[in-house]
Amino acid sequence: MAERERSHTRPLGGVFVPRSVVLSAADVQRALTRMSHEIAERNGGLDDVVLVGLQTGGVPLARRMAVVLGDVEGREVPLGTLDVAFYRDDIGLRPVLPEAVTDIPVDLTGKVVVLVDDVLFTGRTVRAALNALGEFGRARSIQLAVMIDRGHRELPIRPDYVGKNLPTSRQEMVDVGEDGVAIGTLSDR
Amino acid sequence: MISTADPVSAAPETTSTERHLLSVADLGRSGIAEVLDVAEAFAEVERRSMPKVPTLRGRVVATLFFEESTRTRLSFETAAKRLSADVLSLAVGTSSVKKGESLRDTIETVEAMGIDALIVRHRSSGACHQVARWARRAHVVNAGDGWHEHPSQALLDCFTLRQVWAERAGVPPASMGIDCFDGKRILIVGDIRHSRVARSQVLAYDALGASVSIAGPGSLLPPSLAGWPVTVEPDLDDALTRVDVVSLLRIQAERGSGAFVPSLREYTEHWGLTSRRASRLAPGAVVTHPGPMLRGVEVAGEVADLPSMLATRQVTNGVAVRMAILFLLLGAPGTDPRAARPVPEGVRVAVGSDRG
Amino acid sequence: MGADGGRRADVAITDGVVTAVAERLDVDPGTKILDAGGCVVSPGLVDLHAHLRQPGGEEAETVESAARAAALGGYTAIVAMPNTDPPIDSAAVVHEVLSLGRGAMADVAVAGAITVGRAGDQLAPMAEMADAGVRIFTDDGAGVQDGGLMRRALDYAGGLRARGQKVVLAQHCEDTLLAAGGVMHEGEWSSRLGLPGIPSAAEEAMVARDIALVRQTGVPVHFLHLSTAGAVELVRRAKSEGLAVTAEVAPHHLVLTDQAVAGYDPSYRVNPPLRTFADVLAVRAGVADGTIDAVATDHAPHSPEVKDVPFDMAPPGMLGLETALAVTLTALTRHRGSGSAPGGGEMPDAPGRLGGTGIVLDAGEGAVLDVGAVLALLTARPASIAGLGDCHGGPLVVGAVANICVVDPTATWTVDPTGLASLSRNTPYAGWTLTGRVRHTVLRGEPVVLDSEAQR
Repeated sequence: MAERERSHTRPLGGVFVPRSVVLSAADVQRALTRMSHEIAERNGGLDDVVLVGLQTGGVPLARRMAVVLGDVEGREVPLGTLDVAFYRDDIGLRPVLPEAVTDIPVDLTGKVVVLVDDVLFTGRTVRAALNALGEFGRARSIQLAVMIDRGHRELPIRPDYVGKNLPTSRQEMVDVGEDGVAIGTLSDR
Repeated sequence: MISTADPVSAAPETTSTERHLLSVADLGRSGIAEVLDVAEAFAEVERRSMPKVPTLRGRVVATLFFEESTRTRLSFETAAKRLSADVLSLAVGTSSVKKGESLRDTIETVEAMGIDALIVRHRSSGACHQVARWARRAHVVNAGDGWHEHPSQALLDCFTLRQVWAERAGVPPASMGIDCFDGKRILIVGDIRHSRVARSQVLAYDALGASVSIAGPGSLLPPSLAGWPVTVEPDLDDALTRVDVVSLLRIQAERGSGAFVPSLREYTEHWGLTSRRASRLAPGAVVTHPGPMLRGVEVAGEVADLPSMLATRQVTNGVAVRMAILFLLLGAPGTDPRAARPVPEGVRVAVGSDRG
Repeated sequence: MGADGGRRADVAITDGVVTAVAERLDVDPGTKILDAGGCVVSPGLVDLHAHLRQPGGEEAETVESAARAAALGGYTAIVAMPNTDPPIDSAAVVHEVLSLGRGAMADVAVAGAITVGRAGDQLAPMAEMADAGVRIFTDDGAGVQDGGLMRRALDYAGGLRARGQKVVLAQHCEDTLLAAGGVMHEGEWSSRLGLPGIPSAAEEAMVARDIALVRQTGVPVHFLHLSTAGAVELVRRAKSEGLAVTAEVAPHHLVLTDQAVAGYDPSYRVNPPLRTFADVLAVRAGVADGTIDAVATDHAPHSPEVKDVPFDMAPPGMLGLETALAVTLTALTRHRGSGSAPGGGEMPDAPGRLGGTGIVLDAGEGAVLDVGAVLALLTARPASIAGLGDCHGGPLVVGAVANICVVDPTATWTVDPTGLASLSRNTPYAGWTLTGRVRHTVLRGEPVVLDSEAQR
C-alpha cells in the first residue's frame, strides 16, 4: 500500500504513511455485502430506504453498497451525497472547506436514511450530518453504516452497521481506500 | 496591479487566510478559485427548500454602508443570514455620519460591540484600507470604495461566467476549475475611469488568465493605464465581433461621469449596446452588467432582455458568492476568535478520511 | 561658516552678537561653551513657508509650539503663512501673529494674503500690511486664479517696491479648474488607486501665466513648493531670460513619489501632491543648478482627528520643521551614514524604475551637493527672499546677529512622531533613519536648543 497524499484535508493535510493493512480489498467487499444484507433485513426490504454517503470517504462506499443492494433486492436504491462542512461545530479548528457537493435526490420526509461513512471516530461528523439531513425533510428514521469503528467517541453516537471494529490510539490514522483498509500515521508534507 | 498591500509585485498568491478582503489582489489566482468553488457549495444550499446552514451561528456581521446601495447591502445581509450569522445593519446614511471625522469613532464603537465582520461601502477610495487599519479584530470586507474596487462584484461575475460555460459544456461548474478563463477575451465597456467594478474585474479576469480589453469615451478612460494588463479597443463595433464576454458598466451620473460626455444621447449612440451593436456579437458571447441597468443609455431595452444578458443571474449568484466570502473569512481554520485553543493532537491526526 | 564655504574656527558671542571668529579663541572663566566638535556652525536656518495655525487652529499648532519645533530643526526664523482663521489679510492680524511670536524660540515673520480672505476676489490691504512689516504676500493654500487680479496685485506691489518696501508676491501654483477636486498626482498611481488626480498641468499652467506676468510687469514673483519637472523647466527658462523669479521646493518633493500613496495613508496627502520619480529627479536637478533657490518646509500640522480619515477626506499637509534639514541633507549630500526608511528606499539603479515604496532617499547621480550648498538653500537664499537678511542667514562674521545652527552632518537619528515638539503628528517620515542632526540652535545669542534638547 503506497503513501497517499491527503490533499483534501488542507491546510492540515499531509502524507498518510501506512503501517499495517487491516482489511484487504476482498475483506472490504465482503463486509459491504454483509452490511447490505443487514440493511435489507433490518428494514424488511428496501421500501423507503435512501443511502446517503458522507463526503468524501463515505461516497464510494455508499455507491458500492447501492450496487450490492441492487443485485440482492433487484431494485435501485436512491443514492445521495452529503458534505457537512457547513454544519460542523468546530469551525476554526479544522479544515472545513466543502470538498464536494451535497446532492440529495429525494425529499427525505418519511424515508429511512442510511448514512454511510468510512470511519467512525469522535462522532462529530455524524452529529453534523444529522443536523444537515434535517434540512432535506423529516426522515422516519436515520441509521448509520461505517466500514471502520475505531472508538474514541466524544458524543453519544453508535453505528447500526459496522464493517470492522478496530481499536486504535488517538495518534493513529485509518485510511479506507480502493485497495483496502490500512492503519498508519499522518506526516507533514 | 491594484494590490495595495504590495503595489509593485504581481497579485500575490495568497489564500483565504488573509484577514480582510479589500481588493481582488488580496486573493490572487488561487484565492479566486477557492471563492468560486466554495460558492458552488453554497449555490447548492440556496437551491434547497430551506436554504440556510448553521455555519456562522453566533457570529455577528455588520453592514456599514456610508453610500446607499440597496442591492449590494441586501445581498450581503442575505448571505450572512443564510449562514446563520446575526446581522446588524448600521444606519449610516448620508445625514448621520456625513463627516469623515467620525468614521473612526463609528468603527471603534461597532467593534466594541463584538462584531466579527464589517462590510463597508464608502464613497472614498481606500476607505476600507483605513477601516482595516483601525479594526482590531473584525474582518473587513470591501463592498465598494469610491472608484477603487468592488471585489465581490467581480467575483460574482467570474462565478456567473463559469456557470454559463459549464452549462453549455454539460458539466458541473466546479469541475471546470479556473482553466475555463484561459484565453477568453473579455471587453469592458463604458466609464472605466470612475468604475470600481472595472478595477476589480481587470484584476480578477487577468489573474484567471483571460485577455482583457477596454473601450469607452477617451474622457472616461483612466488618465494612465501604466501597469494595467489591458489593451484599449478604439473601435467598439469592431471589438464586439471578437470577444467572448462584454462587461457593460453603468454610467454613473451621480458620481459626475455625466459631465465627461457631451450628452447621454451621444454616449448611447457611440458607446451603448444598441440592438445594432448586439447583433455584431459573436455567437455564444455573453453580456454582464453590475446593475442597476439604465435601459436606453448603456444598453438598449431589447438587448437587456436577451438570454445572453446575465444581469439577473449575476444578482442571484451574488448571494452564494458573498456567502463564500464570509465563510472563508470567518469560518476558515484559525479564524475562530473564541478559540485561542490549540488544535488537539488527536484531532489533527483525525483529519484524513476519518474526520470524526 | 557661510554659504561661500567653510573653515575651522571658534565663534565668540557676546550680548547676542558675534564678537570674534578665529581658529582658537581664549575664553574667560565662566563663559558658557557649546561643543561643536565635528559639526558645522551655520547661520540659523530660515523657513520661507510654515503654517503655524494660529489664530484659529490651535489644536493643531500654535506659534509657540511651531517655534519650538523650528528651533529643534535648526531654524532661527520662520515665515508664517496667512491661511489662518481669520486669515492674515489685515494689519490687525499681522500684529496679532507678530505679538504671538515675540519671545518664541524662533523669530516669526508674517506673510500676508494677496486677496481679502484669500478668496481671490479683491486685493487685500497690502500697503497697510507692508507698513506692519510684511514682505511676502501669498494666498498660499490656493493660487490667485484670476489672472487679471494677479496682474493688478503685481502692479500694486510694484508701487510699494518703488517706495522702498521690497515686497514679493509668492504663488501657490495650482489652477483649481484643472486640479478639479484631485487629491493626489494624476498618473499611474491615481489611476490604479481610483483617486481623483491633480495633473501636472494644473501647476505648470499657473507658473507659465505668472512668468508672463513678471515679464509684463517687472515685479518679482516667488514660486512656492514647485513639484513638477515642467514647472522647474519653466522657471529655469525664465531665469535664463533674466526675469525676477525665485522658487522653492519642499523636502518631501525631494524624497517621496506618488507611489507612497498606494496604501491610502493620509500622511502622504499633501498639496502640491507627491509627483513621479522623474519629477523628483527634475526637482533635484533644479536644486543642483540653482533654478530652485530655497528649500522651504511647507510645515502643515493637522490634528489626528482631521487627518486620520479616508485619504480623500484628509486635509493636505505634512509636518516639516523638525525634519527638513535632515531630509534635505540625506537626499542631496553623499554621506557615510546613509538614510533608510521602513520598507527600503535606495535610489534605484535604472532611471525610471522605482524601488517599490515611493521613497527615494539617497543622493543619486543626478544631484549631489556639499553640505555648505545645502545649508545655503536653507539660510542665505531664503533669508534674502523673505527680506530677513539683516539678522538671518548671513555669514558668521564679527558684528553679525548671533542666529546660529550647529549641525552634525553625519549623525543619524530615527524619526519618532511621538517625540516631535509639534502639537500634531502628521509626519510622513515616521521610523525613517536620517543623516544630519541639529545639535545646538542659538537665537540672538541665547542657546534655545542644546544637545538636541529644547531649553524652554
